[in-house]
Amino acid sequence: MIMEKNNMKIAVLSGKGGTGKTLVSVNLAAASEKAIYIDCDVEEPNGHLFFKPDDKKEKEVSVIIPEVNNDLCNGCRKCVDFCRFNALAYIKNRLFVFDEICHSCGGCVMLCPQNALTERKKSIGKIIEGVSEQVYLYTGMLDTGEASGVPIIKELFQKTKDISDKDIFIDCPPGSACVVMESIKDADYCILVAEPTIFGVHNLNLVYELVTLFKKPFGVILNKYMEEKDPSEEFCIENKIKILGKIKFDKALGKLNSEAQIAVRTNEKYKVIFTSLLETVKKEVRNETASDS
Amino acid sequence: MKIAIPVNEKKVESGVCMSFGRTPYFLVNDTEEKENLFIENTASKSTGGAGIKAAQIIVDNEVDVLLTPRCGENASGVFQNAGIKMYKTVGDSVESNIKDFISGNLSLLEEIHAGLHDHGKK
Repeated sequence: MIMEKNNMKIAVLSGKGGTGKTLVSVNLAAASEKAIYIDCDVEEPNGHLFFKPDDKKEKEVSVIIPEVNNDLCNGCRKCVDFCRFNALAYIKNRLFVFDEICHSCGGCVMLCPQNALTERKKSIGKIIEGVSEQVYLYTGMLDTGEASGVPIIKELFQKTKDISDKDIFIDCPPGSACVVMESIKDADYCILVAEPTIFGVHNLNLVYELVTLFKKPFGVILNKYMEEKDPSEEFCIENKIKILGKIKFDKALGKLNSEAQIAVRTNEKYKVIFTSLLETVKKEVRNETASDS
Repeated sequence: MKIAIPVNEKKVESGVCMSFGRTPYFLVNDTEEKENLFIENTASKSTGGAGIKAAQIIVDNEVDVLLTPRCGENASGVFQNAGIKMYKTVGDSVESNIKDFISGNLSLLEEIHAGLHDHGKK
């Protein structure tokens, strides 16, 4: 498929929380001329705390789950046997649906010969849109107790799929589970944020394996960089991984971040750092697109 | 009365399995017939919802009482609806747990865990 694209989609991820995904994605978006920031960390989205957006719009996200009419159910158990997630059980002549286990495939409703199952909507969270200077934000929020944020992430990308004039920065959930796969699926490039510890290397390796599996072009940003010895830097050199940049261990930056301030918007020094990081990333993306064609 | 216990192997000397939903077998002791039956737990290899499926197997085998070291909230919901009582096992031995239950020395399982889903995600 050949498509003319003027913008790039950058996913920022890491093997664990607290490495600096939000710091990097928020500041790269803030350093861009025009940007979209998508918070896919739906269990604990925090990009909006930095951007403090105006003109907020909210939209509920729901999934379809089955509802049973036990008067029509004849206990054939076709649905119970079909469900690979075991979201249905037939106990004492009654069919039970376990809402939290259901993955909304709709198979049971299709299969039921008695039409005893119908679909109903169940709200699992919301998407909040807003504006902060030149950045347009989409924040996904999963309700507490819900099992999977994947439907919300799908909806986030559905809403943003036609945007072609702004660069898109995706703040991913931590780790390498389904929600992360869903977040990086359509990305042009992945930025892995790493910490300078042995534990950090272990987590970096997890996302390194993931982006390799997904055949995504990627590079690493070494956050809280330690000049004397940085195990994550050693890992990158050993595995011939592109290092996009180093954000030195810096108490002032940590403080700004802890106060939910956007470093790029408060201090010229950080603006220079992140603008140059953004240029490096853009160059990498261009190289990747060129070598693809 | 039929008493079920999750067990590690298909023999009476086998220990009580620490997991209810993912135990490989259930031993079902029929107190009237005085016999032991082993049921394979086909739920053990499920990608998800193993507790619900394992509970369905227990219900389908018309068990009256389940002796188990632990149980998740979904399976426990099935048992409540089915009227099956759960008692907490003490120690590893299948035979002594059955004996203790019959003599009234086991207490009801009251601590229901929220499930071990998504472990190791972060």
